[in-house]
Amino acid sequence: MHVSFEQWLTEIANYVFAALAIPTLVGAWMVVTSTNIVRAVLYLVVTLAGSAALFIMLGAEFVGWTVVLVYIGAVIILFLIGIMITRAPLGSHEELSHPATVKIPAALLSIVLFTVVAWAVADAFGGLAIPPDVGATRTGQLAEVIFQRFVIPFEVVSLVLLSALVGGIALARKDEPEEPA
Amino acid sequence: MSGLELLVVSGIKVVVAFAFLVLTVLVLVWVERRVVAFMQNRYGPNRAGPGGILQTLADGLKLFFKESMTPRKAQFLLYIAAPVLAVVTALLVFVVIPIGAPVTIGDTTYTLQVTDLDVGVLYILAISSLGVYAVALAGWSSGSKYPLLGSVRSAAQMISYEAALGLALVPVIMFSRTTSLAGIVEAQSGTFGGLLPAWNIVLLPSFVIFLIAGFAETNRAPFDLVEAEQEIVGGYHTEYSGMRFAFFFLAEYINMFNMAALTATFFLGGWNGPLFGPTWLRYVLPVIWFLIKSWVVVFLFIWARGTLPRIRYDQLMAFGWKRLIPVSLVWIMLAMVAIGVRRFGLPWA
Repeated sequence: MHVSFEQWLTEIANYVFAALAIPTLVGAWMVVTSTNIVRAVLYLVVTLAGSAALFIMLGAEFVGWTVVLVYIGAVIILFLIGIMITRAPLGSHEELSHPATVKIPAALLSIVLFTVVAWAVADAFGGLAIPPDVGATRTGQLAEVIFQRFVIPFEVVSLVLLSALVGGIALARKDEPEEPA
Repeated sequence: MSGLELLVVSGIKVVVAFAFLVLTVLVLVWVERRVVAFMQNRYGPNRAGPGGILQTLADGLKLFFKESMTPRKAQFLLYIAAPVLAVVTALLVFVVIPIGAPVTIGDTTYTLQVTDLDVGVLYILAISSLGVYAVALAGWSSGSKYPLLGSVRSAAQMISYEAALGLALVPVIMFSRTTSLAGIVEAQSGTFGGLLPAWNIVLLPSFVIFLIAGFAETNRAPFDLVEAEQEIVGGYHTEYSGMRFAFFFLAEYINMFNMAALTATFFLGGWNGPLFGPTWLRYVLPVIWFLIKSWVVVFLFIWARGTLPRIRYDQLMAFGWKRLIPVSLVWIMLAMVAIGVRRFGLPWA
Protein backbone atom coordinates (compact mmCIF):
# COMPACT_ATOMS: atom_id res chain seq x y z
CA MET A 1 0.00 0.00 0.00
CA HIS A 2 1.72 3.17 -1.15
CA VAL A 3 0.85 6.48 0.47
CA SER A 4 1.94 9.81 -0.93
CA PHE A 5 3.24 12.53 1.36
CA GLU A 6 0.09 14.66 0.84
CA GLN A 7 -2.11 11.75 1.89
CA TRP A 8 0.18 11.14 4.85
CA LEU A 9 -0.35 14.76 5.98
CA THR A 10 -4.14 14.49 5.95
CA GLU A 11 -4.26 11.72 8.52
CA ILE A 12 -4.32 12.97 12.15
CA ALA A 13 -3.02 9.63 13.45
CA ASN A 14 0.22 10.30 11.60
CA TYR A 15 0.80 13.47 13.61
CA VAL A 16 0.24 11.53 16.82
CA PHE A 17 2.68 8.94 15.56
CA ALA A 18 5.27 11.62 14.79
CA ALA A 19 4.75 13.24 18.20
CA LEU A 20 5.52 9.89 19.83
CA ALA A 21 8.22 8.63 17.48
CA ILE A 22 10.42 11.74 17.43
CA PRO A 23 10.94 11.86 21.23
CA THR A 24 11.58 8.12 21.12
CA LEU A 25 14.33 8.59 18.55
CA VAL A 26 15.82 11.62 20.29
CA GLY A 27 15.82 9.69 23.57
CA ALA A 28 17.57 6.75 21.94
CA TRP A 29 20.19 9.08 20.45
CA MET A 30 20.78 10.72 23.83
CA VAL A 31 21.20 7.33 25.54
CA VAL A 32 24.32 6.65 23.51
CA THR A 33 25.69 10.21 23.46
CA SER A 34 25.05 11.34 27.04
CA THR A 35 28.19 11.51 29.19
CA ASN A 36 26.39 11.15 32.51
CA ILE A 37 25.35 7.59 33.16
CA VAL A 38 22.27 8.43 35.25
CA ARG A 39 21.03 10.75 32.48
CA ALA A 40 21.67 8.05 29.89
CA VAL A 41 19.47 5.68 31.90
CA LEU A 42 16.76 8.34 32.12
CA TYR A 43 16.84 8.88 28.35
CA LEU A 44 16.36 5.13 28.03
CA VAL A 45 13.16 5.63 30.04
CA VAL A 46 12.01 8.22 27.49
CA THR A 47 12.68 5.77 24.66
CA LEU A 48 10.83 2.92 26.33
CA ALA A 49 7.92 5.18 27.28
CA GLY A 50 7.70 6.24 23.63
CA SER A 51 7.59 2.63 22.47
CA ALA A 52 4.93 1.83 25.09
CA ALA A 53 2.88 4.79 23.84
CA LEU A 54 3.23 3.50 20.26
CA PHE A 55 1.90 0.10 21.35
CA ILE A 56 -1.07 1.76 23.02
CA MET A 57 -1.66 3.84 19.88
CA LEU A 58 -1.78 0.59 17.87
CA GLY A 59 -4.45 -0.76 20.22
CA ALA A 60 -2.15 -3.17 22.05
CA GLU A 61 -2.89 -1.82 25.51
CA PHE A 62 -1.71 -4.95 27.27
CA VAL A 63 1.71 -4.92 25.62
CA GLY A 64 2.06 -1.17 26.17
CA TRP A 65 1.40 -1.30 29.89
CA THR A 66 3.56 -4.41 30.24
CA VAL A 67 6.48 -2.46 28.76
CA VAL A 68 5.88 0.26 31.35
CA LEU A 69 5.56 -2.24 34.20
CA VAL A 70 8.46 -4.53 33.35
CA TYR A 71 11.01 -2.33 31.62
CA ILE A 72 10.43 1.16 33.03
CA GLY A 73 9.10 0.06 36.40
CA ALA A 74 11.51 -2.76 37.18
CA VAL A 75 14.50 -3.18 34.86
CA ILE A 76 15.53 0.48 34.58
CA ILE A 77 14.92 1.04 38.28
CA LEU A 78 17.33 -1.83 38.95
CA PHE A 79 19.87 -0.09 36.68
CA LEU A 80 19.40 3.06 38.75
CA ILE A 81 19.85 1.20 42.05
CA GLY A 82 22.95 -0.49 40.71
CA ILE A 83 24.44 2.85 39.66
CA MET A 84 23.47 4.57 42.89
CA ILE A 85 24.89 1.83 45.11
CA THR A 86 28.22 1.86 43.28
CA ARG A 87 28.97 5.51 42.44
CA ALA A 88 26.09 7.70 41.18
CA PRO A 89 28.27 10.42 39.60
CA LEU A 90 26.71 13.87 39.42
CA GLY A 91 28.97 15.29 36.70
CA SER A 92 29.93 13.92 33.31
CA HIS A 93 31.97 10.80 32.93
CA GLU A 94 34.89 10.51 30.51
CA GLU A 95 34.87 6.69 30.50
CA LEU A 96 31.52 6.78 28.73
CA SER A 97 33.07 8.23 25.60
CA HIS A 98 34.59 5.50 23.44
CA PRO A 99 37.32 5.88 20.78
CA ALA A 100 36.35 5.81 17.10
CA THR A 101 37.53 2.19 16.74
CA VAL A 102 34.60 1.22 18.96
CA LYS A 103 32.10 3.84 17.82
CA ILE A 104 32.20 3.16 14.08
CA PRO A 105 31.66 -0.64 14.19
CA ALA A 106 28.90 -0.14 16.76
CA ALA A 107 27.16 2.40 14.54
CA LEU A 108 27.50 0.13 11.49
CA LEU A 109 26.11 -2.82 13.42
CA SER A 110 23.14 -0.73 14.60
CA ILE A 111 22.38 0.38 11.05
CA VAL A 112 22.52 -3.18 9.73
CA LEU A 113 20.33 -4.46 12.56
CA PHE A 114 17.80 -1.67 12.00
CA THR A 115 17.68 -2.39 8.27
CA VAL A 116 17.14 -6.11 8.80
CA VAL A 117 14.38 -5.67 11.38
CA ALA A 118 12.67 -2.87 9.47
CA TRP A 119 12.78 -4.84 6.23
CA ALA A 120 11.43 -7.99 7.91
CA VAL A 121 8.56 -6.11 9.58
CA ALA A 122 7.67 -4.15 6.45
CA ASP A 123 7.81 -7.30 4.33
CA ALA A 124 5.59 -9.30 6.69
CA PHE A 125 3.05 -6.68 7.79
CA GLY A 126 3.50 -3.77 5.34
CA GLY A 127 0.18 -4.32 3.58
CA LEU A 128 -1.89 -4.74 6.73
CA ALA A 129 -4.15 -1.98 8.04
CA ILE A 130 -5.42 -1.92 11.61
CA PRO A 131 -9.20 -2.43 11.51
CA PRO A 132 -10.71 0.70 13.07
CA ASP A 133 -13.51 -1.09 14.93
CA VAL A 134 -11.39 -3.68 16.70
CA GLY A 135 -11.49 -1.90 20.05
CA ALA A 136 -8.58 -1.05 22.25
CA THR A 137 -7.77 -4.46 23.67
CA ARG A 138 -6.98 -7.80 22.26
CA THR A 139 -5.57 -9.21 25.47
CA GLY A 140 -7.62 -12.40 25.18
CA GLN A 141 -6.31 -13.08 21.68
CA LEU A 142 -2.78 -12.40 22.85
CA ALA A 143 -3.17 -14.90 25.70
CA GLU A 144 -4.50 -17.53 23.30
CA VAL A 145 -1.58 -17.03 20.91
CA ILE A 146 1.04 -17.13 23.68
CA PHE A 147 -0.35 -20.09 25.59
CA GLN A 148 -1.51 -22.20 22.66
CA ARG A 149 0.43 -21.69 19.48
CA PHE A 150 3.64 -20.27 20.94
CA VAL A 151 3.64 -22.03 24.30
CA ILE A 152 6.97 -23.81 23.72
CA PRO A 153 8.95 -20.68 22.72
CA PHE A 154 7.34 -18.94 25.69
CA GLU A 155 8.59 -21.63 28.07
CA VAL A 156 12.04 -21.60 26.47
CA VAL A 157 12.28 -17.86 27.08
CA SER A 158 11.49 -18.46 30.73
CA LEU A 159 14.41 -20.91 30.84
CA VAL A 160 16.69 -18.09 29.70
CA LEU A 161 15.48 -16.06 32.67
CA LEU A 162 16.10 -19.00 34.99
CA SER A 163 19.67 -19.43 33.80
CA ALA A 164 20.23 -15.67 34.20
CA LEU A 165 18.96 -15.99 37.77
CA VAL A 166 21.28 -18.89 38.54
CA GLY A 167 24.17 -16.98 36.97
CA GLY A 168 23.37 -13.94 39.10
CA ILE A 169 23.42 -16.01 42.28
CA ALA A 170 26.68 -17.68 41.24
CA LEU A 171 28.30 -14.27 40.67
CA ALA A 172 27.00 -12.66 43.84
CA ARG A 173 27.65 -15.58 46.20
CA LYS A 174 30.60 -15.33 48.52
CA ASP A 175 32.22 -18.74 48.83
CA GLU A 176 33.47 -19.72 52.26
CA PRO A 177 37.26 -19.61 52.39
CA GLU A 178 38.61 -23.17 52.23
CA GLU A 179 39.82 -24.73 55.41
CA PRO A 180 43.62 -24.81 55.64
CA ALA A 181 44.77 -28.40 55.40
CA MET B 1 -21.84 10.21 23.10
CA SER B 2 -20.49 12.74 20.63
CA GLY B 3 -16.86 13.81 20.66
CA LEU B 4 -17.55 17.18 22.27
CA GLU B 5 -19.80 15.69 24.92
CA LEU B 6 -17.17 13.09 25.70
CA LEU B 7 -14.59 15.85 26.10
CA VAL B 8 -16.81 17.88 28.44
CA VAL B 9 -17.79 14.87 30.55
CA SER B 10 -14.17 13.71 30.83
CA GLY B 11 -13.08 17.23 31.75
CA ILE B 12 -15.66 17.44 34.52
CA LYS B 13 -14.65 14.00 35.82
CA VAL B 14 -10.98 14.96 35.92
CA VAL B 15 -11.65 18.22 37.80
CA VAL B 16 -13.98 16.50 40.28
CA ALA B 17 -11.52 13.67 40.87
CA PHE B 18 -8.70 16.16 41.48
CA ALA B 19 -10.76 18.23 43.90
CA PHE B 20 -11.92 15.07 45.66
CA LEU B 21 -8.36 13.85 46.16
CA VAL B 22 -7.02 17.18 47.44
CA LEU B 23 -9.94 17.50 49.83
CA THR B 24 -9.44 13.91 50.97
CA VAL B 25 -5.78 14.62 51.72
CA LEU B 26 -6.72 17.70 53.76
CA VAL B 27 -9.01 15.59 55.92
CA LEU B 28 -6.74 12.55 55.91
CA VAL B 29 -3.71 14.36 57.35
CA TRP B 30 -5.82 15.80 60.13
CA VAL B 31 -7.52 12.46 60.87
CA GLU B 32 -4.17 10.70 61.02
CA ARG B 33 -2.64 13.24 63.40
CA ARG B 34 -5.69 13.20 65.65
CA VAL B 35 -6.10 9.42 65.74
CA VAL B 36 -2.40 8.78 66.37
CA ALA B 37 -2.51 11.46 69.08
CA PHE B 38 -5.41 9.74 70.83
CA MET B 39 -3.62 6.39 70.56
CA GLN B 40 -0.60 7.99 72.22
CA ASN B 41 -2.70 9.70 74.89
CA ARG B 42 -2.29 13.29 73.65
CA TYR B 43 -4.58 15.76 71.89
CA GLY B 44 -3.06 16.40 68.47
CA PRO B 45 -3.90 19.54 66.46
CA ASN B 46 -7.13 20.97 67.88
CA ARG B 47 -6.90 24.77 67.48
CA ALA B 48 -7.49 25.72 63.84
CA GLY B 49 -11.18 25.36 63.03
CA PRO B 50 -13.63 22.96 64.74
CA GLY B 51 -11.58 20.16 66.30
CA GLY B 52 -8.49 21.41 64.43
CA ILE B 53 -9.76 20.29 61.01
CA LEU B 54 -8.26 23.36 59.28
CA GLN B 55 -4.77 22.57 60.58
CA THR B 56 -3.69 20.97 57.29
CA LEU B 57 -4.84 24.03 55.39
CA ALA B 58 -2.82 26.25 57.71
CA ASP B 59 0.25 24.04 57.30
CA GLY B 60 -0.19 24.07 53.55
CA LEU B 61 -0.37 27.87 53.49
CA LYS B 62 2.74 28.07 55.64
CA LEU B 63 4.65 25.80 53.24
CA PHE B 64 3.40 27.86 50.32
CA PHE B 65 5.08 30.99 51.66
CA LYS B 66 8.31 29.30 52.70
CA GLU B 67 11.48 29.66 50.72
CA SER B 68 12.29 26.74 48.39
CA MET B 69 15.98 26.16 48.83
CA THR B 70 18.13 24.31 46.29
CA PRO B 71 21.39 22.57 47.25
CA ARG B 72 24.42 23.86 45.33
CA LYS B 73 25.28 20.43 43.89
CA ALA B 74 21.71 19.58 42.86
CA GLN B 75 20.87 18.56 39.30
CA PHE B 76 18.32 21.32 38.97
CA LEU B 77 15.98 20.00 36.28
CA LEU B 78 15.57 16.56 37.82
CA TYR B 79 15.50 18.08 41.30
CA ILE B 80 12.45 20.11 40.27
CA ALA B 81 10.86 17.29 38.27
CA ALA B 82 10.94 14.70 41.07
CA PRO B 83 8.18 16.16 43.32
CA VAL B 84 5.99 16.85 40.28
CA LEU B 85 6.44 13.25 39.14
CA ALA B 86 5.48 12.04 42.62
CA VAL B 87 2.17 13.91 42.56
CA VAL B 88 1.38 13.04 38.94
CA THR B 89 1.83 9.29 39.43
CA ALA B 90 -0.21 9.43 42.64
CA LEU B 91 -3.04 11.24 40.85
CA LEU B 92 -2.92 8.91 37.84
CA VAL B 93 -3.60 5.79 39.91
CA PHE B 94 -6.95 7.19 41.04
CA VAL B 95 -8.11 7.55 37.42
CA VAL B 96 -9.35 3.95 37.14
CA ILE B 97 -10.93 3.54 40.61
CA PRO B 98 -14.74 3.41 40.44
CA ILE B 99 -16.17 5.42 43.34
CA GLY B 100 -19.84 4.64 42.70
CA ALA B 101 -22.38 2.77 40.60
CA PRO B 102 -22.91 4.02 37.03
CA VAL B 103 -25.44 6.88 36.94
CA THR B 104 -28.10 7.03 34.21
CA ILE B 105 -29.33 10.52 33.31
CA GLY B 106 -31.76 10.62 30.41
CA ASP B 107 -30.60 7.80 28.15
CA THR B 108 -26.87 8.19 28.77
CA THR B 109 -25.03 6.20 31.42
CA TYR B 110 -22.08 7.86 33.14
CA THR B 111 -19.56 5.79 35.05
CA LEU B 112 -18.34 7.25 38.32
CA GLN B 113 -14.68 6.75 37.49
CA VAL B 114 -12.54 8.91 35.26
CA THR B 115 -12.02 6.08 32.80
CA ASP B 116 -12.46 2.32 32.78
CA LEU B 117 -9.45 0.58 31.27
CA ASP B 118 -9.74 -3.05 30.23
CA VAL B 119 -6.26 -3.61 31.60
CA GLY B 120 -6.97 -1.61 34.77
CA VAL B 121 -5.03 -3.84 37.18
CA LEU B 122 -1.97 -3.78 34.95
CA TYR B 123 -2.28 0.00 34.61
CA ILE B 124 -2.32 0.45 38.38
CA LEU B 125 0.75 -1.72 38.87
CA ALA B 126 2.56 0.07 36.03
CA ILE B 127 1.80 3.58 37.27
CA SER B 128 2.62 2.81 40.88
CA SER B 129 5.95 1.35 39.74
CA LEU B 130 6.66 4.75 38.15
CA GLY B 131 6.29 6.32 41.59
CA VAL B 132 9.66 4.80 42.46
CA TYR B 133 11.30 7.20 40.00
CA ALA B 134 10.17 10.24 41.95
CA VAL B 135 11.84 8.90 45.07
CA ALA B 136 14.98 7.63 43.34
CA LEU B 137 15.48 10.83 41.35
CA ALA B 138 14.80 13.09 44.33
CA GLY B 139 17.51 11.29 46.26
CA TRP B 140 20.07 11.33 43.48
CA SER B 141 19.46 14.83 42.12
CA SER B 142 19.74 16.42 45.57
CA GLY B 143 23.48 15.78 45.45
CA SER B 144 23.56 14.92 49.13
CA LYS B 145 24.30 11.76 51.14
CA TYR B 146 21.20 11.12 53.23
CA PRO B 147 18.71 11.53 50.39
CA LEU B 148 20.78 9.13 48.27
CA LEU B 149 20.74 6.51 51.03
CA GLY B 150 17.01 7.02 51.47
CA SER B 151 16.26 6.69 47.80
CA VAL B 152 18.32 3.52 47.34
CA ARG B 153 16.49 1.99 50.28
CA SER B 154 13.12 3.02 48.98
CA ALA B 155 13.69 1.85 45.43
CA ALA B 156 14.76 -1.59 46.70
CA GLN B 157 11.80 -1.73 49.09
CA MET B 158 9.21 -0.62 46.57
CA ILE B 159 10.21 -3.01 43.80
CA SER B 160 10.43 -5.90 46.28
CA TYR B 161 6.93 -5.39 47.58
CA GLU B 162 5.49 -4.49 44.19
CA ALA B 163 6.05 -8.11 43.22
CA ALA B 164 4.02 -9.34 46.19
CA LEU B 165 1.37 -6.69 45.49
CA GLY B 166 0.93 -7.88 41.94
CA LEU B 167 0.95 -11.57 42.85
CA ALA B 168 -1.71 -10.98 45.51
CA LEU B 169 -4.02 -9.64 42.80
CA VAL B 170 -3.66 -12.67 40.50
CA PRO B 171 -6.26 -14.83 42.34
CA VAL B 172 -8.63 -11.84 42.38
CA ILE B 173 -8.31 -11.54 38.60
CA MET B 174 -8.74 -15.27 38.15
CA PHE B 175 -11.96 -15.33 40.18
CA SER B 176 -13.38 -12.13 38.69
CA ARG B 177 -12.27 -13.15 35.17
CA THR B 178 -11.50 -9.55 34.24
CA THR B 179 -8.75 -6.99 34.80
CA SER B 180 -11.07 -4.00 34.58
CA LEU B 181 -11.73 -2.45 37.99
CA ALA B 182 -15.38 -1.80 37.19
CA GLY B 183 -15.63 -5.48 36.18
CA ILE B 184 -14.02 -6.63 39.42
CA VAL B 185 -16.53 -4.59 41.44
CA GLU B 186 -19.42 -5.98 39.35
CA ALA B 187 -18.15 -9.51 39.99
CA GLN B 188 -18.46 -8.89 43.73
CA SER B 189 -22.14 -7.93 43.65
CA GLY B 190 -24.65 -10.48 44.91
CA THR B 191 -24.30 -12.80 47.88
CA PHE B 192 -23.07 -16.24 48.89
CA GLY B 193 -26.26 -18.23 49.59
CA GLY B 194 -28.27 -15.05 50.14
CA LEU B 195 -26.45 -14.41 53.40
CA LEU B 196 -22.93 -13.03 53.09
CA PRO B 197 -21.93 -10.42 50.52
CA ALA B 198 -19.89 -12.00 47.70
CA TRP B 199 -16.78 -9.93 48.37
CA ASN B 200 -13.31 -11.03 47.39
CA ILE B 201 -12.22 -10.86 51.03
CA VAL B 202 -12.97 -14.60 51.05
CA LEU B 203 -9.61 -14.79 49.26
CA LEU B 204 -8.15 -14.03 52.67
CA PRO B 205 -4.46 -14.74 51.96
CA SER B 206 -4.62 -12.37 48.99
CA PHE B 207 -6.21 -9.70 51.15
CA VAL B 208 -3.56 -9.98 53.87
CA ILE B 209 -0.66 -10.01 51.39
CA PHE B 210 -2.10 -7.06 49.49
CA LEU B 211 -2.55 -5.05 52.67
CA ILE B 212 0.98 -5.75 53.95
CA ALA B 213 2.53 -5.04 50.56
CA GLY B 214 0.36 -1.92 50.36
CA PHE B 215 1.81 -0.64 53.64
CA ALA B 216 5.31 -1.19 52.22
CA GLU B 217 4.48 0.27 48.83
CA THR B 218 3.22 3.51 50.37
CA ASN B 219 6.24 3.65 52.71
CA ARG B 220 4.01 3.64 55.76
CA ALA B 221 4.93 2.39 59.22
CA PRO B 222 6.09 -0.28 59.99
CA PHE B 223 7.84 -0.08 56.60
CA ASP B 224 8.83 3.60 56.72
CA LEU B 225 12.58 3.00 56.49
CA VAL B 226 12.59 5.30 53.50
CA GLU B 227 12.30 8.33 55.74
CA ALA B 228 13.49 6.87 59.03
CA GLU B 229 14.16 10.18 60.78
CA GLN B 230 16.47 8.69 63.39
CA GLU B 231 18.81 7.12 60.85
CA ILE B 232 18.85 9.13 57.63
CA VAL B 233 17.31 12.49 58.65
CA GLY B 234 14.33 12.68 56.30
CA GLY B 235 15.32 10.24 53.58
CA TYR B 236 14.82 11.21 49.97
CA HIS B 237 13.18 14.59 50.68
CA THR B 238 15.77 15.87 53.17
CA GLU B 239 16.90 18.64 50.79
CA TYR B 240 13.41 19.75 49.83
CA SER B 241 11.59 22.64 51.46
CA GLY B 242 8.54 24.80 50.91
CA MET B 243 6.13 23.81 48.16
CA ARG B 244 8.47 21.18 46.76
CA PHE B 245 8.32 19.36 50.08
CA ALA B 246 4.56 19.86 50.19
CA PHE B 247 4.28 18.05 46.85
CA PHE B 248 5.97 14.94 48.28
CA PHE B 249 3.73 15.16 51.30
CA LEU B 250 0.63 15.45 49.10
CA ALA B 251 1.74 12.51 46.96
CA GLU B 252 2.34 10.33 50.01
CA TYR B 253 -1.16 10.89 51.35
CA ILE B 254 -2.83 10.52 47.95
CA ASN B 255 -0.99 7.21 47.61
CA MET B 256 -2.22 6.15 51.02
CA PHE B 257 -5.83 6.92 50.13
CA ASN B 258 -5.41 5.25 46.73
CA MET B 259 -4.14 2.10 48.39
CA ALA B 260 -7.10 2.12 50.78
CA ALA B 261 -9.53 2.70 47.92
CA LEU B 262 -7.91 -0.10 45.91
CA THR B 263 -8.16 -2.48 48.87
CA ALA B 264 -11.85 -1.61 49.16
CA THR B 265 -12.31 -2.10 45.41
CA PHE B 266 -10.47 -5.41 45.10
CA PHE B 267 -11.50 -7.10 48.33
CA LEU B 268 -14.39 -5.31 50.04
CA GLY B 269 -16.81 -5.15 47.14
CA GLY B 270 -16.11 -1.55 46.07
CA TRP B 271 -19.33 0.42 45.94
CA ASN B 272 -21.54 -2.65 46.46
CA GLY B 273 -23.90 -2.42 49.42
CA PRO B 274 -27.59 -2.43 50.35
CA LEU B 275 -29.64 -0.04 48.21
CA PHE B 276 -33.00 1.45 49.26
CA GLY B 277 -35.11 4.60 49.01
CA PRO B 278 -35.83 6.90 46.04
CA THR B 279 -33.85 6.87 42.81
CA TRP B 280 -31.42 9.65 43.76
CA LEU B 281 -30.53 7.81 46.98
CA ARG B 282 -29.74 4.70 44.95
CA TYR B 283 -27.07 6.71 43.17
CA VAL B 284 -25.69 8.33 46.33
CA LEU B 285 -25.56 5.22 48.52
CA PRO B 286 -22.87 3.34 46.50
CA VAL B 287 -20.56 6.35 46.85
CA ILE B 288 -21.16 6.33 50.59
CA TRP B 289 -20.47 2.57 50.86
CA PHE B 290 -17.26 3.07 48.90
CA LEU B 291 -16.15 5.93 51.15
CA ILE B 292 -16.96 4.01 54.36
CA LYS B 293 -14.98 0.98 53.18
CA SER B 294 -12.03 3.09 52.07
CA TRP B 295 -11.89 4.97 55.35
CA VAL B 296 -12.03 1.72 57.32
CA VAL B 297 -8.87 0.66 55.47
CA VAL B 298 -7.38 4.13 56.05
CA PHE B 299 -7.99 3.59 59.75
CA LEU B 300 -6.09 0.27 59.49
CA PHE B 301 -3.14 2.20 58.02
CA ILE B 302 -3.19 4.72 60.88
CA TRP B 303 -3.71 1.99 63.46
CA ALA B 304 -0.64 0.12 62.19
CA ARG B 305 1.40 3.32 62.41
CA GLY B 306 0.27 3.93 65.98
CA THR B 307 0.98 0.35 67.04
CA LEU B 308 3.93 -1.23 65.26
CA PRO B 309 7.63 -0.34 65.56
CA ARG B 310 9.69 0.08 62.41
CA ILE B 311 11.28 -3.16 61.20
CA ARG B 312 14.96 -3.49 60.37
CA TYR B 313 16.17 -3.36 56.77
CA ASP B 314 17.32 -6.99 56.56
CA GLN B 315 14.04 -8.07 58.16
CA LEU B 316 12.17 -6.06 55.55
CA MET B 317 13.95 -7.73 52.66
CA ALA B 318 13.80 -11.22 54.17
CA PHE B 319 10.08 -10.82 54.90
CA GLY B 320 9.29 -9.62 51.40
CA TRP B 321 11.30 -12.15 49.40
CA LYS B 322 11.30 -15.20 51.67
CA ARG B 323 7.82 -15.02 53.15
CA LEU B 324 5.35 -12.86 51.20
CA ILE B 325 6.31 -13.85 47.65
CA PRO B 326 6.51 -17.66 48.25
CA VAL B 327 3.22 -17.55 50.16
CA SER B 328 1.52 -15.67 47.34
CA LEU B 329 2.90 -18.12 44.75
CA VAL B 330 1.56 -21.11 46.70
CA TRP B 331 -1.76 -19.32 47.12
CA ILE B 332 -2.00 -18.72 43.36
CA MET B 333 -1.50 -22.48 42.81
CA LEU B 334 -4.24 -23.30 45.31
CA ALA B 335 -6.62 -20.78 43.74
CA MET B 336 -5.87 -22.28 40.35
CA VAL B 337 -6.74 -25.77 41.61
CA ALA B 338 -9.94 -24.45 43.19
CA ILE B 339 -11.02 -22.80 39.94
CA GLY B 340 -10.18 -25.95 37.98
CA VAL B 341 -12.23 -28.13 40.30
CA ARG B 342 -15.17 -25.75 40.16
CA ARG B 343 -15.07 -25.72 36.38
CA PHE B 344 -14.18 -29.31 35.46
CA GLY B 345 -15.07 -31.24 38.61
CA LEU B 346 -12.74 -33.39 40.67
CA PRO B 347 -10.05 -35.21 38.66
CA TRP B 348 -11.22 -38.64 39.86
CA ALA B 349 -14.95 -37.94 39.45
